[in-house]
Amino acid sequence: MLNIRRRITCLMVASVGLAAFPALAGPPTVEVLHFMTSGGQAKGMKTLKDDLESQGGKWIDTPVGGGNSEDALAKLRTRVMGGDPPSSVQLKGPLIQEWGALGVLQPIDEVAAAGRWEQALPRLVSDTMKYKGQWVAAPVNIHRLDWMYANPAVLSKVGIKMPTTWAEFDAAADKLKAAGITPLAHGGQAWQDASLFEIVVASVGGPAFHRKALVELDQATLTGPTMKQVFDRMRKLRGYVDANFSGRDWNVATNMIITGQAGFQLMGDWVKGDMSAAGKQPGKDYVCANPPGYGNDSFLFIVDSFAMFKSKNPDVLAGQKLFGRLMMEPKFQENFNLVKGSIPVRNDMKLDKFDSCALAARDQMDKSIKVAGFNPSAIHDMAVASAVRGAMTDVATKHFNSTISSDEAVQLLARSIKQARE
Amino acid sequence: MFQDALRRHLSALILAPTAAATLVFVYGFIAWTAYMSFTGSRMMPVYELIGFDAYTRLWEMERWHVSIVNLLIFGGLFVGLGLLTGLLLAILLDQRIRAEGVLRTIYLYPMALSFIVTGTVWKWLLNPGIGLEHAMHQLGWESFRFGWIVDPDLAIYTIVLAGIWQSSGLVLAIFLAALRGVDQDVVKAAFMDGASTFQIYAGIVLPSIRPAFFSAVVVLTHMAVKSFDLVIAMTNGGPGYATDLPAIFMYSMSFQRNNIAVGSATAMMMLCTVMAIIVPYLYSELRPGRSHHG
Repeated sequence: MLNIRRRITCLMVASVGLAAFPALAGPPTVEVLHFMTSGGQAKGMKTLKDDLESQGGKWIDTPVGGGNSEDALAKLRTRVMGGDPPSSVQLKGPLIQEWGALGVLQPIDEVAAAGRWEQALPRLVSDTMKYKGQWVAAPVNIHRLDWMYANPAVLSKVGIKMPTTWAEFDAAADKLKAAGITPLAHGGQAWQDASLFEIVVASVGGPAFHRKALVELDQATLTGPTMKQVFDRMRKLRGYVDANFSGRDWNVATNMIITGQAGFQLMGDWVKGDMSAAGKQPGKDYVCANPPGYGNDSFLFIVDSFAMFKSKNPDVLAGQKLFGRLMMEPKFQENFNLVKGSIPVRNDMKLDKFDSCALAARDQMDKSIKVAGFNPSAIHDMAVASAVRGAMTDVATKHFNSTISSDEAVQLLARSIKQARE
Repeated sequence: MFQDALRRHLSALILAPTAAATLVFVYGFIAWTAYMSFTGSRMMPVYELIGFDAYTRLWEMERWHVSIVNLLIFGGLFVGLGLLTGLLLAILLDQRIRAEGVLRTIYLYPMALSFIVTGTVWKWLLNPGIGLEHAMHQLGWESFRFGWIVDPDLAIYTIVLAGIWQSSGLVLAIFLAALRGVDQDVVKAAFMDGASTFQIYAGIVLPSIRPAFFSAVVVLTHMAVKSFDLVIAMTNGGPGYATDLPAIFMYSMSFQRNNIAVGSATAMMMLCTVMAIIVPYLYSELRPGRSHHG
């Protein structure tokens, strides 16, 4: 009798122990701080969330609206100062290094090794994802900044082709103007002026000049005669926008292309994401091409990525690994990049579902890597500290929206960058 | 005994939490910002003092000079014209007119809107492609041009326009209340003595509503210095950074460019600006011995 009772007690203790044990180790958990809240991007993130949950993970979503990084970074700063950082945060470029220097990032080397990230990523991309040789972030996509878009119906209406040199561009712009069509669809917001500036830097000066000036910030290159030509070109382009461009959003400018009110738009591949969302087909409803003056040797890239923040919670550490692994799997890379307009970061996956523009981007990327023309976009926070990026943006938008001469702009640019670096 | 003490100190007791909160959240954070401005803080606060470095860098920035000049233009016109418009409207409303209540409400309504709404509405109105200019073209006035908001040299004046539209109702209310408090016997006496309306206002009415000027100036000045949302909504600082103001510059440095030290230095410069205007004014208006409160 006593024996039986003891046995039962033992069983009960054991079962309680068994029941309690799994509760100690919960599901792999990630809290994802991101600003991918607009239509296509949000859909892309949702597929990752579903993947993670189907593998038994728990996803805590911390979206920051408005689609800009600043609010998200402000939130991150308070969370880190409060000692409770989110486990995975949308961060890119040098910012990953800045946070790494504060000692708050969590290495996920085993995931990277298992997923063969090193082999699958361009070296410039994998370098950004590492802090002191350890993988602390996972990339989502590769955006290309330097695209030129046009509406083929508009081109054939005025009898022009996609221009391949700036001289051809000028001739085309004059014809468009004569036909009452705005040659350049552009939105006068500081970051758009600066994006246009960076594209012009890469096209007028070539990729080596771009890298020396905007990535390595070489003072002699910044003040040289080529930079003056860049600003001359910007002044010329200023004459091709409509009077009403100030403050216009980029997608409104894109709409000017779609509706035939404007000829060309020079902007990143998110334009393509928007076009596909509107049901437009590349080659038929719009065409994408290299900007004028471009060879096959240049590509300005922007990589969205998620950095992992340190945690003592084993569930979070497990969650980060699962999150990083799923993010780099071809399935998510395909789903996400199809809606975002960008291309997958992995070079070892098939792109048969992607459109002709994405394939062209991929081709351009492979070619430019061979000749060291695959460069990070400085204006989109991939190459320089935010203070320096801010200084460049200020000068580009100041020049585009005033009458200062190219010489003045060159001096101002060199001086502002120098100040921002001090 | 206890009740006596309670009664005597009740007001102090009730005020204590507010006072403590103000001490920490206003003066405490001012002190913290001042401290930050003497450090080399970039992305995260660091506490090592390095002197006036942030101030030097701030004053070397071309964009800071633009925002200071803009503040002078905007602040000067906003306060000056705001006072003038408000006062004029108040005097006109004070003429014992019919439907005063309705008119007063209409003028006060803009005050009920947030600056974001005001800014957005004015942005659309002034936008040459969809607003006033477009409307005039459609009505057949093809040569009509009003593109101030897209002109880097004139855009700041459109901000003044929207700001005054928004705040003149408040100034009107302040002045109207003061005008109603003017002793009518004195006005009547002056009238009997043959003073003109202008003389009555300039000589009697306006001097007697000095405290109202005081309130209006203080309210408008601090609105001008901390203006942020109106510009963000209307031009977002553009074209280029032609309509940048110190508050936007400060936000941009602290939160967009990871430059907390320079951002804090900017905040201190703004505080000094407000103090440079408000303190002498407070001093001259509130020092004992001046009896304009009657």
